[in-house]
Order: sequence, then structure tokens, then C-alpha cells
Amino acid sequence: MIFFVLRRSIFGILLLLIISAFTFWIFSALPSDPAALTCGKNCRPEVIEANRERLGYDKPLIEQYGSYMKGIFTGRTYGEEGAAVHCPAPSLGYSYDRHECVTSLIASTLPVTASIALGAFVLWMAIGVGLGTLAALKRGKWQDRVATAFSVIGVSLPTFFLGLIFIMVFVIWTGILPFPRYVGLTDNPFEWFMALILPWLVLAIISAATYVRMTRNGILEVMNEEFVRLGLAKGLPRRRLIVRYVLRAALVPIVTIAGLDFAFLLGGALVTESIFNMPGLGKLTLAAVVNSDLPILVATTMVAAVFIVVANTVVDILYGYLDPRVRVK
Amino acid sequence: MTLLSVQDLHVTFGTADGAVRAVQGVSFDVEPGETVAIVGESGSGKSVTANSLLRLNFGADVRIDGRILLEGRDILAMDETQIRSVRGREVAMIFQDPLTALNPFYTVGHQIAEAFAIHHPGTPKRELRKIALESLNKVGIPEPSKRIDQYPHEFSGGMRQRIVIAIALVNSPKLLIADEPTTALDVTVQAQILELIAQMQAEHGSAVILITHDLGVVAEITERVMVMYAGRVVESASVADTFLTPTHPYTRGLLKSVKSLDAGRHERLESIPGIPPSLINLPSGCPFHPRCAYAESLGGRCETETPALHLVGSSRSACHLPDERLLGLLGGGV
Amino acid sequence: MSETFILEARALRKYFPTGASKMLQRPTDLVRAVDDVSFGLRRGSTLAIVGESGCGKTTLGRLLARLIEPTAGSVVLDGVDLTAASARELLELRRDIQLVFQDPYACLNPRHSIGQSIGTPIRIQKTLDKAAEKARVRELMELVGLNPEHYNRFPHEFSGGQRQRAGIARALALQPKVIIADEPVSALDVSIQSQILNLMEDLQTSLGLSYVFVAHDLSVVRHIADEVAVMYLGKIVEIGDPESVYRRTAHPYTKALLSAVPVADPRRAAGRQRIVLTGDVPSPVNPPSGCRFRTRCPKAAERCAAEEPVLSARSGDQPSGHRVACHFPE
Repeated sequence: MIFFVLRRSIFGILLLLIISAFTFWIFSALPSDPAALTCGKNCRPEVIEANRERLGYDKPLIEQYGSYMKGIFTGRTYGEEGAAVHCPAPSLGYSYDRHECVTSLIASTLPVTASIALGAFVLWMAIGVGLGTLAALKRGKWQDRVATAFSVIGVSLPTFFLGLIFIMVFVIWTGILPFPRYVGLTDNPFEWFMALILPWLVLAIISAATYVRMTRNGILEVMNEEFVRLGLAKGLPRRRLIVRYVLRAALVPIVTIAGLDFAFLLGGALVTESIFNMPGLGKLTLAAVVNSDLPILVATTMVAAVFIVVANTVVDILYGYLDPRVRVK
Repeated sequence: MTLLSVQDLHVTFGTADGAVRAVQGVSFDVEPGETVAIVGESGSGKSVTANSLLRLNFGADVRIDGRILLEGRDILAMDETQIRSVRGREVAMIFQDPLTALNPFYTVGHQIAEAFAIHHPGTPKRELRKIALESLNKVGIPEPSKRIDQYPHEFSGGMRQRIVIAIALVNSPKLLIADEPTTALDVTVQAQILELIAQMQAEHGSAVILITHDLGVVAEITERVMVMYAGRVVESASVADTFLTPTHPYTRGLLKSVKSLDAGRHERLESIPGIPPSLINLPSGCPFHPRCAYAESLGGRCETETPALHLVGSSRSACHLPDERLLGLLGGGV
Repeated sequence: MSETFILEARALRKYFPTGASKMLQRPTDLVRAVDDVSFGLRRGSTLAIVGESGCGKTTLGRLLARLIEPTAGSVVLDGVDLTAASARELLELRRDIQLVFQDPYACLNPRHSIGQSIGTPIRIQKTLDKAAEKARVRELMELVGLNPEHYNRFPHEFSGGQRQRAGIARALALQPKVIIADEPVSALDVSIQSQILNLMEDLQTSLGLSYVFVAHDLSVVRHIADEVAVMYLGKIVEIGDPESVYRRTAHPYTKALLSAVPVADPRRAAGRQRIVLTGDVPSPVNPPSGCRFRTRCPKAAERCAAEEPVLSARSGDQPSGHRVACHFPE
């Protein structure tokens, strides 16, 4: 088991190295010139060239990548003399557009995204698995039909649409909720919660739709398994049979997919964060796209990749733990 | 006292294509310690009958009518708590496919212990483990103390069927229902499992209902045979009578279809023409008449009138043919 | 020699590497699914290959049709070495050797009509044009006892037996010389099994086909085989004329297989002595040394662990072709 975890981890690190190199290469191959972005609009070519040299953009790509990677571990100083800015390790670059170390930008936006992702995840798993289980157990009855309708609507609704409707209904028309304005959890837990309710709900409803269907079908499939019939024939009470035999088997594949979905969300919920004006990773990324802020784009891509790779590794290990058939001896 | 008395059992499934009448008017008795076989091909209703005895048609849209009396108590009239105390304690079941019958997420020891613990709440853990260990030992699993903590996928098909048998017998049930217990197994392993069932039956004194499509298996271990076709019992007789003087054309056809080791080279097999009927659109009258070689000789009677089970010699048969012809089925040609 | 044999297996071997993790794989972890198997199939006759799960019978069937590449050895079809054929030659040679599978449902495309499925080999090999193909398919359907008017029906509208008839019709589409039938009746009801076996016999007589018939049970084979080969863990342990193999059985494994067949006669079932083998078939990954059957054999002695028995003629026998691989044959 330890060996399996170790091997998976090494594989994960290798994968991250490849992704980082690839990201770095892709963004450098873009037509926008990073040096040109350093000094505003009416910039003289001499200044651009001087900046290019100063920032190392004239060096070969491999070398640039090398100093970037080094910066992650040792920190890095950008610019020279009086204009020099030092970003301590782990340095993910310096945004000339915002005049800030990328690491500190990410550090300030990540908690927002994490708050959104975590709450939405808990909600959507509760709704998705709960409703899916109900639908499966009451197959053909009205509960099933309601759940199926929910799932169809949820899958087909675009995020921005549902978000706007929620704002209209809950904020503008009824005024039950204030317009979302993010407040740190440690600053004011109540306001934090109130601000996040709507983004949570929107993300949860849209993601839960898929989980309702997956859970329902998974349970119905497992219910036809011979081992469930044997459980029943043993005299197991219905509740215990459903929890220990049916749900246990049906949820294993769902847990693994959920892990990946969660990681994906941690990389930033672009649309949701924009609609609700949440200063998270997604919004940071979106702004960077608009402003061609390459250092930020590289960094947010890397951060998202780290989440996915880590989640993949965790899910693989978890799968081995949950299903004895794939457990490595 | 009769252990199990099934009276006029009807089982109907609702499906998108219409009502499937899987079992129609099946009646039989099982005495304590006795072995009864229910023989039939796919769609005959034999497995549905078996599952209905414990109301295991889980999750399906199903309607069961008639009476299933276990020592006089009607299983169909029981509430959830009552039926639960019957399942696994008084009546246990063995399934066809040992590869899928065990829960892949729990160790085999856990699954055996669970079967005991359900009906003996409060049994200490150490006691449960001892019971599981003994059960594994009894059904012939080598090195039980090592294998008790292994998962089903670490066992071969034959070994898994032994574990399923251990689960079934851990509460010494009065009745064991074995639904095609050897069909999915290799021939040499099949022989082992049949032997084990017979041996366990002798030890626990359980009655056995053996559901099978294989007349060979029937001849080996049972005393009485019921042949089912399209949801009905068409013949019910002792094993000797079934094989030596079958009293239904379908039974005769089945016997003739059995491949024999003594056949000559390229000896032609007698077969039953046609295919089994759809349970949604059953033929009128006798369900077997479209495939029956004798139907024509009775005019149109087989198409209009469903024959009832009646005594023919010492067997019971559901066929319109006169007794003397039924008793001479094996000897005479068509 | 090849004159009498339409199909020959010469020292065929197929080893599969095992282990899901490629990184940890030791080179010794090989499943010896088929290990040095040789035989010849006489023109117009049926050779039955019998054994339990894991004995390699299905792999052998696939090797014969060259669906998979052998690790070593060769397959000779009508004098031509299939294993040495190029991809283009192979396409042509495949016409002569066709397969019938255990589960006809699994090999009929559910979205194709039964007629289209039967005609698939003709379309792949482009032997006929569209109209001729349709006519040929109808002819084939008639031949196997299907109603040609059901050309446009889909597989799920047919019963198991009818689907197997369609599977046979498809195998016959290119007028093959040899048919490899992998447990063609084991998934069918007893009364339907006989129909299919009789059909196969009739087709053999009328079309001059040769069959390799793979089965797990000696009783099914009894009615159609001209020669029987019993396999255990990748090797043939006994082979010969069925009269001889069934009545004067030499190998203890064949004896056990025969005695395990349930007898549909209560008088004989009660009287006969039964050999019940202990345990399951060992893993073919690391088969027992010497004779592979020795771990379950009631007659096993020291010699069996040390020395592998060779398939050789039964001692004191007329040259009947009955051969056995056992140190202590009966």
C-alpha cells in the first residue's frame, strides 16, 4: 500500500513537471509580447527592449523556464536596483499589470475560491446523492419524476442564467439576501456565509443534476446484483441492506468522480465568481485573460493543474481503499 | 407436519411490454428433510417460484397471489419483521452465480458472521468469528483461519459457492432453496458442490428445493421432481417415475434431449421443435401445444382447454392424452 | 500427411504476460494458456476439445483461427501455414476458417438487422455485390432453419437458439472449409441444444465441413465428435477416437471428467462410483512441476512431480490413435 502511494506520488510530480513546461511553452508562444506589457501604452521601443533584457525575456525559453522553476523554490527578484521587487519563495512570477507578486495574488484569491468550492461541493453531494437515492428507491413514483425533472433542468441550465435569476429573485425582488460581497471567514463568519449562499446554490444545483442521475442509475444497477438478493435472503433489514450493500457499492464510482469535480472547481469557478463578484481565482484568471497578463495565466493554470493531479492521486488511493478488488497487496 | 405448502401460486410482473405471467397456479408440498427438484428451462418460472418463496423479488413491480405456508404460517401475509425472521434463519437460499452472489466489499468471514448475527443479536464478536471459522471449515475451505479475512475476489468459483453454502447453513435452516447451484461451475467442481449440499443436508436435517435445468443433476440427489413449463407445473412425480415413465410429452422431450455418454457416434438427438413461448403472449389452452407432437391427435382440445394436473399411474400430469398413452410415452413413438 | 488433415496444429504455444502493473512485472509471470499442443483435423470430421475453465481451450480455438498470434508453433490450413501468412494472404485464408461463439448475442450487432449481420463477412471480403449478398443471406437463413422473411428483424427479437442459428449462418457466409465452434450450445436450453447439434451435423454432411468443437463437458461432444482431445492447464492429456477414450479411458483426469457428468437415470446414478476430485484447477501462471494434474490426481506419485509425461500411444494398443500423457495410465 505504501509502495502504491509512493509510486502514485512520484508519477504525480512527474506529470506536474510536464504540465508546467507545456504551459510555459504555450503561453510564450502566444502573439502578445510580455515585454510590451511592462510599460503602458505609449511606450518607446527602446524602453521595451531594455525591459525585455532586464526581465530576461530575451533569454532562451529553457533558461526562462529554469529561472521560473528556481523561483518557486528560492524566491526571485524582478527588476533591478531601485525598481527591484523581491517575491519570496514560492514565487510564481510578477504581474507588471498589477505590480504585485503572483503568489500573493493567488494567496489572496484562493480562500475565496476554496470557500465557494467547499460549500458547493458539500451541498451538491447532499442534494445529488440524496435525491438520486430517493429517486432510485421510489422508482416510477412521483419522487422519481421530480428528481428526474430536476436533473434534466439542472443539466440544461447555463450557470450565468441561473445565477442572474437567483440574484433577481433573492436580492432584487424579495431582498432576502444582500448583494453578495465577499467577506473573509475570519473577519465575519455570518457575512461570509450570507455572501456565499447564492454562489453555493447555483453551483450545487448545476453540478447536482449529474449526480442525481449517476446515483439513481448506480443504485438501480446494484439493486439487481445477486449479492444484494443474497443480503435480502439472509434477513438483513431493508435499511441496512440499502446502506451497507447498495449505497456502499453504488457510491464508490461516484466518490471518485466527485473528487475530480471538486478539484476542478478549486481551480476557479470563472462564471460564478464573475456573476457574484467574488474575488476568487476564477475572476483573477478572467481578468488576466482580458489584460494578457501572462505571469498570472501561467500561475493559475499551474495551480489548477496541481489540484487536478493531487485529486487524481488521492482518488486513486481512495479507490483502492474503498474497493478491495483493486487494492494492491 | 408439512414443512412448506405452496397453494395456487401466481406471480405476475408488470413491464413496459405488458404483464409477464411468470408463474400460474403452482402448488406443491415439501416435507421436512425431503429433497424436491423443480426442473425447467429458461422462462419456465422455476427461479421466480424460488424467489417468491422468500419474497425476494426486490424492487420489481410484482404481484404475488396464492398461499405459501411455512409450517402453517402464510409467508405472503407476513409483515416485514416477520418475513425477515424467516429469511436466512428458517429458509435459506443458494444462488446460481457464486461470482456475483457475495458482497465484494466485505471479507467472507464478515459475511458469514453477519448472517448469524442478524438472527442472534448481541452475539459477542469473538463468538461470531469462531462461528465463521467453523463454517468455513465445515464447507471444506482449506486454511480457514487465513482465508476468513480475505475478500470474495480472492477465491475461485467453486470456493465462493462453498462460502455461499456456509452462509446459507450458518443458522441450520429448515429449508434450503438452491437455485441452479452448480450451473456456473466446472463439471468436476459441480460434483464437489452437489456432494457438499447432500452432506450438509444430512447433517442439518434441512429440506432442499433444488431448482435446475439439468435432469442429470436431478437424478443424482433428489427424491421428487416437478417439471415446469411456461409458468405451470406440467408433471410432478418421484425421481424414478419421472425418468422411467414420464407422463408428459414435454418431460419426454427433455429426457430425450439429454446428451448421453453411451450414445453411438453421430447418433441423432431427439429434440423438441420450436422455441419456448413468450410469457406476455402465452398460447391458448395447453402452453406446450405449439411444440407438442401429440397435440394434433387430440383434435383441437389442446388449443382451447388448459389441462389440469391429475393422477396418472403414480405420477401427476397436466396433459389431455389418455392415461394409457401417457404411461407408454417413452416406449412408443409419436 | 497433410492430405488427410484439413487443419493442423503443430507445437502451438500461447503465453500471456500477467500483472496489471507493468513496472513490477517479473518476466516469469506468464500464463501458459496453450503449451505445446499438436493435432490434426481430418477432412470432413469433427474434433472435440474438452476441458474445464482455464484449460486453454478457448485460446486454442482463437489461435487456430489466428485471431491471436501464437507465441510459438504453427497452424496449417489445407497445406498452407497460417502463422507465416502475410496480412493480405491472411484475409483470403480467413474465408476458409470461421468461428461460432458461445454467446451469439454478444457477437451480433444489436443495431444491425439479422440479415445484415449474417452478410457482414461478405461485405468485408467483398465477394458479392449488394443484390447477390441479400440473396445469399436469404439462402443461408433457409439453410440454418431461419425464416428468410425475418431478414430485417433485430437480434433481440429472436430467441437464444435462433440467434445461434444466425451465428452459424454468418460463419457459413463465405463457404468455409473449417468451423471453430467455441461452446456453441452451452448457453442454450437443453431442448434447444439438441436442435443446434443436429443442425451442425446436417450441415457437416451436406456441405462437407470440418469442425473443431470446443466444449466443457464430455456428454455434449459424444454425439458429434470423431476424435476427442481432453485438455488440462494448456496441454492435451488424452486424445483419440471417442469409442476408445470413453470406454477405455486412460487418463485419470478424463476419468474424473466422465464420472462428474451427471447421469440422467436414477438407477445408474445410485449405483455408480464417482471420482470426486479435490480442489480447484491450479493457476496456469505457475503450473505444478512435472505432470500438471498431479496436485489433484488420486494416483500421483513421486515420479509425477519430477518428470513431465509425454503424450504417447496407449501401451499394448493397436494403432488406434489413442494417446495419453500419464505415467500411470489405466
